[in-house]
Amino acid sequence: MAHFTKATSVKDWLNQRLAVEKVEKVMMSEYWIPKNINFLWAMGMVLVITFAMLLVSGIFLLMYYQPNVNLAFDSVNYTIMREVDFGWLWRHVHGVAASVVFLIIYIHMFTGIYYGSYKKGREMIWISGMLLFVAFSAEAFSGYMLPWGQMSYWAGMVITNLFSGGSLHADGLVEWIRGDYVPAQAFLNRFFMLHVLLIPLAIMGLIGLHFGALRIPHVNNQDGEEVDFDAEAKKYLDGDKAGSKVMRFANDFMSKDMMVVGIYLVFFFYLVFFHYDFAMDPVNFDPADGLKTPEHIYPEWYFLWSYEILRPFSTNVGLIAFAFAQVIFVLLPFLDRSPNTVPASRRGIFKYWFWAMLIDMIILTAMGKVPPIEPFGTIGFYAALTFIGLWIALPFITASEKKV
Amino acid sequence: MHNSSRRGFMGKAFGAVAGVGAVGSLVAMKKSWDPLPSVKAAGFTTLDMTAYKENELVVEKWRGKPIFVLKQTAEMVKKASANPKDNVRLIKVGDAHFMVCIGLCTHLGCIPGYNPDEESFLCACHGGMYDFTAEVTKAPPPRGLDIPPFKVDGTKLVLGEEGPEYKKMKETGVTL
Repeated sequence: MAHFTKATSVKDWLNQRLAVEKVEKVMMSEYWIPKNINFLWAMGMVLVITFAMLLVSGIFLLMYYQPNVNLAFDSVNYTIMREVDFGWLWRHVHGVAASVVFLIIYIHMFTGIYYGSYKKGREMIWISGMLLFVAFSAEAFSGYMLPWGQMSYWAGMVITNLFSGGSLHADGLVEWIRGDYVPAQAFLNRFFMLHVLLIPLAIMGLIGLHFGALRIPHVNNQDGEEVDFDAEAKKYLDGDKAGSKVMRFANDFMSKDMMVVGIYLVFFFYLVFFHYDFAMDPVNFDPADGLKTPEHIYPEWYFLWSYEILRPFSTNVGLIAFAFAQVIFVLLPFLDRSPNTVPASRRGIFKYWFWAMLIDMIILTAMGKVPPIEPFGTIGFYAALTFIGLWIALPFITASEKKV
Repeated sequence: MHNSSRRGFMGKAFGAVAGVGAVGSLVAMKKSWDPLPSVKAAGFTTLDMTAYKENELVVEKWRGKPIFVLKQTAEMVKKASANPKDNVRLIKVGDAHFMVCIGLCTHLGCIPGYNPDEESFLCACHGGMYDFTAEVTKAPPPRGLDIPPFKVDGTKLVLGEEGPEYKKMKETGVTL
């Protein structure tokens, strides 16, 4: 048995039982971050803070929300919005955060792509990150069902229909997912369960994995330089703080991180108080009606690019293209055949690939929003082909890349 | 050696017990997600076919789904008889011809809208189009609107029951 002595302080008492000092070192003061980074490296912390706001606002919404097809709409639009003191605040924080979290995720993702932060031992960081993206997408979709407005109902109808697999006609599977022939009580109840319990649990587990995957390869830096973290940490601890290439996670890096978070929060609450409407589709303020399709069904902005890849093709081809778009980002570390871990600007053709991909996704997003009429249909069609073409070209252009 | 083989046996024994339990619980979980009997027993809908007007789309409800009923004009019947793909989709009740189908786009399940002047359906979601017999005329929908199980009973139409006309449509691939 371990030997315990009479504690000299509260800290010592805790230290003997929980090794708090050691934990603090491992997690914070001796978790080393390279100095050669910029504000884009703060997006992880911005995401943590946004997730925390989603959790807290969600807890308050959960106390008044009714997962019943007859009550859900009014419990959101009347009870929470009008009766509950500050109910509007929780709803608008939740809605705005659900939208903005995807903006930050996309910035976080494209930062990783630009700096090659998915290579040389950082593959698991990328893969766990993409799994988080999938989990957040499922969380956003299931949450969108809950107000039980017209867009909730019809998005639920369209997305669950994807599981019929086009010509496979797996209608049994679709009915199994819904628990009914159409989205109804069973559907609302199970998506409520997914939204408030199962998917958040998965997200929290994946966040743990994402952080864990960072420990061994460490955070990447602006030049993709391979830093000897042990040697640099020793230099820092020996007193050469200026000469060392690393700094402590807390409080050094955290102080800069929280500075960015602060600026972000000002922007975030500006949206919550003055522009929450961008996250609230007006069509969803009509109660769900299974006998009336809204004139134009489109998803929230963050799903538009993949929706546009589905739309211009016939059912089966569209489904295959859509499935391709959903999984292809996960494979990035293996499709990039280049040995270089440097910013895209120093990688030859890959530089153009990066910007082409980013612009193509913005075009897809814009085309997904407009009605399916010409010339938008044609532009969307070619943008979807470009998306697929860029991914097919990636292994070839990266394999021929010169070592820098 | 003696010990390790005993541990190996215990490991396998536990694996067998856990495996049976895992399979059993997966079956229970799958079944718990199935539609409830009360949902499945959603009964039948009977339509009185004398009440409809020509070229006026009426939306009925069967098993929570919208059902399109469009009584055909004499001109439509004539047009349809010239096109075998259209002709087989019409249901004859008494002397009148009807188009009866599930009003969900076969692409991804939106409800198409009917334009009586152009005698065609347009799905606003992804731009699919159908003619007055709900046969597809413009992709992405892969096929015409599905026809629900029906049985002609005098001047009435019973949805949910499979009559000889419906069975023939199903066999010849007119509907799924």
